[in-house]
Amino acid sequence: MSTVSIQAPSTTDWHLPYKGRVGMFTLIFAETAVFTIFVVAYVYYIGRSLSGPMPRDVLELPILNTVFLLSSSITIMIAERALVRRAMGAFNAWWGLTILLGLIFLFGTAREWHKLITVDGLTISTNLFGTTYYSLVGLHATHVVVGLIMLLIVLIFSVTGSLHPKHTDRVETLALYWHFVDAVWVVVFTVVYVLGR
Amino acid sequence: MNEANSFYGSASIASLSLYTSVRHRFSFVRNLLYRCIPFVLTAPAFASGKDTSIFAPVSPSADSISSLGIFTLVLTLGIFIVVAGLLTYAIVRYRTRPGDDGSEPPQIFGSTQIELSWTIIPVLIVTVLFLATARVIFAIQDAPKPASALDVTVIGHQFWWEFRYPELNIVTANELHVPVSVAASVTPTFLKLTSADVIHSFWIPRLSGKTDLVPNRINELWMEPRETGLYEGQCAQFCGIEHAKMLLRVYVDTPEQFAAWVRQQQLPATAPATDAAIAGRRQFESQACINCHSVAGTVANGRFGPDLTHLMGRKTIASGAALNTPENLAHWIDNPDHFKTGSLMPSLHLSQSQVEQITAYLTTLN
Amino acid sequence: MAGSSIPLPGGVSEAEPHDRPSGLATVLETLHSWVITVDHKKIGILYILYSLLMFVVGGIEVLFIRLQLAAPGNHVVSPETYNQLFTMHGTTMIFFVAMPILFGIGNYLVPLMLGVRDMAFPRLNAFSLWMTVFGGLLLYYSFIGGSGLQGAGTAPDIGWFAYAPLSELAFSRGHSTDYWALALIVSGFGSIGTAINFIATIFSMRCRGMTLFRMPLLVWLYLVSSGLVILAVSPLTAAQFMLIIDRYLGGHFFDTQAGGSALVWVHFFWIFGHPEVYVLVMPAFGIASEIIPVFSRKAIFGYAAMVAASVAIGIVSISVWAHHMFTVGMSSVSNAFFTLSTMLVGIPTGIKIFNWLATLWGGKIRFGTPMLFSLAFLFQFLIAGLTGIMLSVAPFNWQLHNSYFVIAHFHYVIVGAILFMIFAGFYYWYPKVTGRMLSERLGKLHFWLFLIGFHVTFDFMHIPGILGMPRSIYTYEADRGWGTWNLIVSIGAFIQAIAIAIFVYNLIVSYFRGDEAGPDPWDAWTLEWTTSSPPPSYNFQTDPVVSSRRPLWDLKHPEDPDSFD
Repeated sequence: MSTVSIQAPSTTDWHLPYKGRVGMFTLIFAETAVFTIFVVAYVYYIGRSLSGPMPRDVLELPILNTVFLLSSSITIMIAERALVRRAMGAFNAWWGLTILLGLIFLFGTAREWHKLITVDGLTISTNLFGTTYYSLVGLHATHVVVGLIMLLIVLIFSVTGSLHPKHTDRVETLALYWHFVDAVWVVVFTVVYVLGR
Repeated sequence: MNEANSFYGSASIASLSLYTSVRHRFSFVRNLLYRCIPFVLTAPAFASGKDTSIFAPVSPSADSISSLGIFTLVLTLGIFIVVAGLLTYAIVRYRTRPGDDGSEPPQIFGSTQIELSWTIIPVLIVTVLFLATARVIFAIQDAPKPASALDVTVIGHQFWWEFRYPELNIVTANELHVPVSVAASVTPTFLKLTSADVIHSFWIPRLSGKTDLVPNRINELWMEPRETGLYEGQCAQFCGIEHAKMLLRVYVDTPEQFAAWVRQQQLPATAPATDAAIAGRRQFESQACINCHSVAGTVANGRFGPDLTHLMGRKTIASGAALNTPENLAHWIDNPDHFKTGSLMPSLHLSQSQVEQITAYLTTLN
Repeated sequence: MAGSSIPLPGGVSEAEPHDRPSGLATVLETLHSWVITVDHKKIGILYILYSLLMFVVGGIEVLFIRLQLAAPGNHVVSPETYNQLFTMHGTTMIFFVAMPILFGIGNYLVPLMLGVRDMAFPRLNAFSLWMTVFGGLLLYYSFIGGSGLQGAGTAPDIGWFAYAPLSELAFSRGHSTDYWALALIVSGFGSIGTAINFIATIFSMRCRGMTLFRMPLLVWLYLVSSGLVILAVSPLTAAQFMLIIDRYLGGHFFDTQAGGSALVWVHFFWIFGHPEVYVLVMPAFGIASEIIPVFSRKAIFGYAAMVAASVAIGIVSISVWAHHMFTVGMSSVSNAFFTLSTMLVGIPTGIKIFNWLATLWGGKIRFGTPMLFSLAFLFQFLIAGLTGIMLSVAPFNWQLHNSYFVIAHFHYVIVGAILFMIFAGFYYWYPKVTGRMLSERLGKLHFWLFLIGFHVTFDFMHIPGILGMPRSIYTYEADRGWGTWNLIVSIGAFIQAIAIAIFVYNLIVSYFRGDEAGPDPWDAWTLEWTTSSPPPSYNFQTDPVVSSRRPLWDLKHPEDPDSFD
């Protein structure tokens, strides 16, 4: 039997979801599973440290930092809309602002950690709280760093004139990741700074 | 003696099984299987020496497990016979015969009725099996502890067992003594299990299912042996290099034997009488031995290794790795790797005479 | 179409599978093209070749184990070496044989079955392959670089599930455990990448007309398996990061001295570990669902139910993990819950066996080698599932846990079900991949010899478990009555080794001397059989357009087409 070409009567419309979006959602599921494990460990070990500084002694609500990070979800959405309209100047501004807000958040985290380490003597090896806190917050911060690198690359493409509205799908996929990072922060904030204290 | 035990064990399981099966209202064929299977399953044990079969129980928890296990075996055997039978039939009946015309058979894509029925039947089987199982889970785990129960704390170490009888003020190692529990003297043993280092597991198949020894956690296990004798087992959770040699011996004594054993264990160490033993004691107490080992009534107060106060009351050393003879003891002290490579007892590089003296001392610790 | 020699990009001529490259330059060029490839077919083949190599390594490890256990008190290997052997055997077989070989088979087949040109993310595909390969190399580098327990061992020796606190620095000095954790983190990224690729491909790249419910069942099973990889491998990666934090940064995740819990690791590990076995068995189900219909000459019975059952198994399998933990001291309610969930997952699993049985029923069964392996699979998976039900009975599990009964059970699944179906898949699709048929004579020899060896080993292995023999022990007492059974088990292992050698020989010799296969040697019905053997790099000359589950059947039987969705 020779090779054959299958050409059955065709359906009229054939639309499948954009593969980048499916892929990103799948990645988000995987990352959610990873974060869940760290959150479970954090929650299980609340109150079980045998010594050392306790959360309520040393943690302050990072309200400002949270506002900065969560606003970046809004600015990134505005940037996306600008891209669709081909308003590249506006896109660069709002996208750049998103990056800036992310950087400010990281800076805020760094300041917090500096205080915890030098003033309160809390490190990852101090006690269960230290281990689970730095792991969870650090894992999130790492994801922020990776996100910022990706956002920066897109910004560079944009200011050099290589980014066009036809790339909207891909930009949206990346924005999805950024929204995920912000959503994780909402969970981390609640678990660590609200429930855990 | 062992074979008689196995036979009577099987017979009693069979009777118990028969009783429970009658309660479950099974068919005659199933009852017959109940009688045959434990016999068949413990048959290999007849041929062997020591009996560690899970189907030779001598304690109520091991009994229930054995019965439930046999019930499950019979049920799954039934399922196997039916399904494998149908598979075999299909393969034979619907094979392509020689001289076949090569046409395709009728294409059947499914049948809601058939698929529904073969969904419902497994659901029913699972319901029955689950209910039977749940009953045993709760019966064993939530069994009430009578006031006459003996309390033992088991602490797992790499690679030996520490046994403490808190109410009797006894500390020993590797060989557990418990009283038999009979109608005249109901004395089950309730164990609290924990570990000083990594996860271990306490398993004497004829006495009960296994339970893990987890550091920083206390687990519970009970046993109520109804026949005296020696019951063996070993650590059942990989705990490091000599996990294989972390053996368990449980002596189920008559009430009188147990009482005598307790009295002996409660005494401090016998003072050495011979010159060699006295010299040995001096060696023992000046070497690093006392950093790890305890001998009640002396300066030796170490907790890292087994308590040696009544060492000679034990049949084996190194947690079952060798018989407790003076010769083996000397080998062990001289070079623990001889019996158990990687055991945490270091060789202290003692001279021949030092080893002989210490052995002489240890052999006085009855 | 079949006779043209159009040179294609990469210098690979499509229609002549038997050309041998000549000259060193061409050899280097060919090697180079394989190393940098992003073609799903080449990547699939590389996964499979890597797995076969690791299979031999893992097999040699187990032959030493069986030599050591063949008699009590043996001194074939030291305790340190033995503990490394069983750790490496388990880790190798699960992560560097079973997973990659199934990913490889899926990589090759899924785009072809979907009628598309490649996977959704070809470069991610290559990345995943090489992460897996490097993970395995990292694991084996431990023999040179590590220094484990007591400073005497080198490769990891803490068991393939690496329970804490045994895996913590206090009890596992040196680097062997680090190699274990890091190797699996690296290959774990590869696995997650592959899963993302499968899911995106299946949802976003199907030829026109191929709705989800017209996809071959194998594709469905890879979809569910990939979903489980996403949900299960991620927790393992997380737990391994925690272990590294404990070992390198002074963390206390599993440090019982600091108030940490050893059971946290155990839970996290089995939250991975149980879905993992479904990751492995689902593709085997998929292969069975392709081969059994073709060799019975009947469509699969109950396609929708098979899909539903597979999805159900996937979902329920996430809730059963603590049946590996019945002895850690959970409450009676917890034990009862996990007994129930485990029994429940057995229901859709059993249903699949009935569907395969019903496919056979009323068919015209042909006994080619792929079908021999598939029929053995049916009986053996039935037994494996039933011993699994036995193990789900928590009190029975309190006796059987960590005994050789468990080892017999899971090898019945992994070897008796999964490996048998992998063999079936080899005999079925080797013609498509290479253009040559595997030798039926050698195939049948391989089958019967392996069948005998498998049963000699794994049937009898249940008995020492019942007689109280725990796992992970380098030797055992002579008077326990385990010696004879262990000897029989060991003999079976060597019989299996011989059968594997015959199989490898068949693979090699048939490449050069096998009968030409043509596009459709089995008279099958799915899209991969519509293109040449081997397929051109772009898979299909024209994009297929389908309107049923069995496009080739419709073409061959215009009087009786599959007429529904």
